[in-house]
Amino acid sequence: MSGKEYRTITDVKGPLVFLNKTEPVSYNEIVQLRLSDGSIKNGQVLDTSDDQVIVQVFEGTASVDRQTGVKFLGDVFKLPVSKGLIGRILDGAGRPRDGGPEIVADDMADIIGAAINPYSRQSPESFIQTGISAIDACTSLVRGQKLPIFSASGLPHNDIALQIARQAKLVGSDDDFVVVFCAMGITAEEYNFFVHDLERTGALENAALFVNLADDPAVERLITPRLALTAAEYLAFEHDYHVLVIYTDMTNYCESLRQIGAAREEVPGRRGYPGYMYTDLAMLYERAGLVKGKKGSITQFPILTMPGDDITHPIPDLSGYITEGQIVISRELHQKGIYPPINVLPSLSRLMNAGIGPGKTREDHKSVSDQLYAAYAQGKELRGLVAIVGEDALNERDLQLLKFADIFEDKFLRQSRDEDRSIDEGTLDLAWNLLSNIDTKYLVRLDQKWIDKYHPGEKKGEEE
Amino acid sequence: MSTENGVIYRISGPVVTATGIAPRMYEVVRVGNEGLMGEVIELHGEQSVIQVYEETSGIEPGEPVIRTGQTLSVQLGPGLLTQIYDGIQRPLPKLEETMGVFITRGVDADGLDLTKEWEFVPTVKVGDELSAGHVIGTVQETETIEHRVMVPPGKEGVVKTIESGSFNITQTVCKLEDGSEIAMMQEWPVRHPRPFVQKYAPDVPLMTGQRILDFLFPLAKGGTAGIPGPFGSGKTVTQQQLAKWSDAQIVVYIGCGERGNEMTEVLDEFPHLIDPNTNKPLMNRTVMIANTSNMPVAAREASVYTGVTIAEYFRDMGYNVALMADSTSRWAEAMREISSRLEEMPGEEGYPAYLSSRLAEFYERAGRVETLSGEDGSVSVIGAVSPPGGDISEPVSQGTLRIVKVFWGLDAGLARQRHFPAINWLSSYSLYPQALDQWYRDNIATDFPEVRTEISTLLQIEAELQEIVQLVGSDALPIDQQLTLEVARMIREFFLQQNAFHDVDTYSDLKLQYDMAKAILNFQEEGKKAIAGGAQLEDVVNVPARTDLMRGRFEEGYDGRIEGLVAEMSKQIAASMEEN
Ligand SMILES: Nc1ncnc2c1ncn2[C@@H]1O[C@H](COP(=O)(O)OP(=O)(O)OP(=O)(O)O)[C@@H](O)[C@H]1O
Ligand SMILES: [Mg+2]
Repeated sequence: MSGKEYRTITDVKGPLVFLNKTEPVSYNEIVQLRLSDGSIKNGQVLDTSDDQVIVQVFEGTASVDRQTGVKFLGDVFKLPVSKGLIGRILDGAGRPRDGGPEIVADDMADIIGAAINPYSRQSPESFIQTGISAIDACTSLVRGQKLPIFSASGLPHNDIALQIARQAKLVGSDDDFVVVFCAMGITAEEYNFFVHDLERTGALENAALFVNLADDPAVERLITPRLALTAAEYLAFEHDYHVLVIYTDMTNYCESLRQIGAAREEVPGRRGYPGYMYTDLAMLYERAGLVKGKKGSITQFPILTMPGDDITHPIPDLSGYITEGQIVISRELHQKGIYPPINVLPSLSRLMNAGIGPGKTREDHKSVSDQLYAAYAQGKELRGLVAIVGEDALNERDLQLLKFADIFEDKFLRQSRDEDRSIDEGTLDLAWNLLSNIDTKYLVRLDQKWIDKYHPGEKKGEEE
Repeated sequence: MSTENGVIYRISGPVVTATGIAPRMYEVVRVGNEGLMGEVIELHGEQSVIQVYEETSGIEPGEPVIRTGQTLSVQLGPGLLTQIYDGIQRPLPKLEETMGVFITRGVDADGLDLTKEWEFVPTVKVGDELSAGHVIGTVQETETIEHRVMVPPGKEGVVKTIESGSFNITQTVCKLEDGSEIAMMQEWPVRHPRPFVQKYAPDVPLMTGQRILDFLFPLAKGGTAGIPGPFGSGKTVTQQQLAKWSDAQIVVYIGCGERGNEMTEVLDEFPHLIDPNTNKPLMNRTVMIANTSNMPVAAREASVYTGVTIAEYFRDMGYNVALMADSTSRWAEAMREISSRLEEMPGEEGYPAYLSSRLAEFYERAGRVETLSGEDGSVSVIGAVSPPGGDISEPVSQGTLRIVKVFWGLDAGLARQRHFPAINWLSSYSLYPQALDQWYRDNIATDFPEVRTEISTLLQIEAELQEIVQLVGSDALPIDQQLTLEVARMIREFFLQQNAFHDVDTYSDLKLQYDMAKAILNFQEEGKKAIAGGAQLEDVVNVPARTDLMRGRFEEGYDGRIEGLVAEMSKQIAASMEEN
């Protein structure tokens, strides 16, 4: 540890400070800045050479001047980890925010996190029941998955995330989830909403919170999710917890990334976001999963708001390229008064196939889900046609599908915020009931054997 | 200061600048106290710019940089198959042994097990005159693959001694008169294509068992294909289907900057999947490279070269090799990241100006060749492309499309409707059919090309008719056009859609594909006749035998039954005429 304090700042640009120094400083090393009023700011080395260093300052560079003292702390950023993190609320840089004591560290963990060896991973395949039909039937979640919520401003993504956090369980197991919650630039109001709900249900005692709010330093947001994931990895892989990480809002995180890029005068990628944003996001999202020989798991629910409701915007786009599917919230459904307004058509769970079926959910699950999709997709498309040519031009099949689209939204998607539906009676049987509004001969995605067994009108054998 | 050892001057992410050494371009150097592996990518006055293949956090200016004199190379020999490597050929199981489940840094690992002994069976004798590429003996590397040990490029001479028996791959198995020695292992610098005698025009299809690919947009053995598509449209599933079912003898699968779990899936699945061509587990013919999105970008950049060099090596033994790279966009982004750290003048969208030439050089390493030993071998290259927002006007897609001969365009709209594989039949193309038609006529059916043309024409006509339907509804069309729409629907739902996750549907051989296409044309013909004879379209479409024919593809033994099912369908359609 050098310990030497430099007063050699040459340039300050946005959140970056450039200074000359004489002793070696390592890449990614942690830095402390002492301002003339005695206050302290923290930063990290982004670039280091024999004579010059670039430091990114988490709290922003307001009031930094040439007299500011800069000290290199000789280490990369580490988080004190212990089981004591559970039940605590920390700020965006990992300091207690709940008035409680400092975390007593069992270990100091590097927050950048090392990549999991792909050979050491275990395939996620345990179905998590969320109690939300749209998710359980159509985009089934499995333990160890990273499944973001693609939303937009003014939509109830937080309610959905909380409902998932409350209701998520492995059917036939009493392993509980520990929640790691990470706030990046959300409003105090949103934050209170989360905390109150976690408090109300008693989940707060089983959660670790890392909080950077809208009026907290923007650059700090680049650290916050790394702290949260470091805590998650520690709890999952050192203490066998099943950890559910909810982080919101990724869009704010990406804005901070863009800010740093701009300050460094980097050549920007699409829409001004740094060219390395894909890799940077992957360093977060890929910290999910299961590994051989460890009991715990990390399941991620990142929430992001799509600027302009545009799914091709770089933030949802690059996320979608990394995550294992996405749950898309629809403004149209929300305006129709449907909660949860999940548009199942662009939603996807890539790990669904591994998590459903006999012994996991039910033998007919895949078939039912395919049929729901097909019928709803066609019904929805027909709405467009009807708007032009009227219902008269439709044949019997099309009329039934058209009607089904409405039923599906009203009866299947719609459920209350505390309604916890079981996968079999609550969700799949409901699906069969609704599908029976369509003539069986048009239900081409359903296997005959499942029709014989589950169709309310055609059930053979086990009649009650 | 010696020119062998220098010091770090600057560190910026994966790029390190050193002073005090005078290495060659692309030389491998050891960086820092931990000796991290790096490669020299620019020389700039006193400074050598190095891309480092491991994480650089915590490294300081002043730490040492040491030359190795080597360029970035791979080890080639028995032991490659069934292995999974990172981008610089470190075996991931080895890394797990030394580091645990997280990849830390500063660990070296040989690409091949240098101590394992293999049974070497010589195929040359004392006094034989050998040239480079000549096979001197064989090793049964896996159950299905015979490894052919070759004279490394650059060596030739007369055999002085040749051994037989158990050897490890560094032991000499053959000595030449000039005193030079040959072992089972050779090394090759990854950025240089391996030599061959000449390239041939490909004229045999790479059969994949995927109907839309084999039938409408075929790839030739030794050919190149690009699969662009937005996220979630099916690039990885398609690539994995090719890795599973294509009739290549060797498969090199590169997970380049993609998800960790996808590699795990391959590792879990392949040992249990049976190759339809050999009836042995698919893993026997597979080499995997996994440099996932969160692993160091410089190693991601290298992974593509590591993979293609291994592919060429097996090609040189006379094998047909298929290489999949998922995704080449992530490779291009790695180049972009490193280029921007070098403060190079950027080209389009921040990519380096040399992007398109790198893409071209990579795909150029595909091809069907006459090997140095006079055999016929091939490398087929299939690259996934991940265009931002799914818009293929961007540089990587465009750079790829200028080179590849096959374009499988994935479509978000189709994926959303769960029409899989979501390959757009209107925008996709293959430039190979002409070269392959003779092969189809000789091996599948004399009218194969004509049947293909009919099927694709029907799809074109449907697209035109759909535009009218959108305005007036289908009932307003004349009945023969309504029948055409039904035929096209059958092509889409029965033929083009193919569920990768269905045990039976996942693979159709080319003969069956042809029979299915013929069945559709048969429906069209019989339908026309019946309607001309007064039958109702509803009745023609709804004959139960057609449903049986279509559902039948999900059951084993379909190839044996399809003829009967078609006959029954024709009978029922003809009967529908009489009812009226
Ligand atoms: N042939 C197929 N049969 C059945 N399902 C498919 C098929 N192709 C794709 N899918 C479905 O689409 C999903 C996404 O496919 P895939 O992971 O291959 O997309 P991708 O294009 O590689 O996306 P990304 O760019 O994000 O990696 C799969 O998880 C699967 O559910
Ligand atoms: Mg993919």
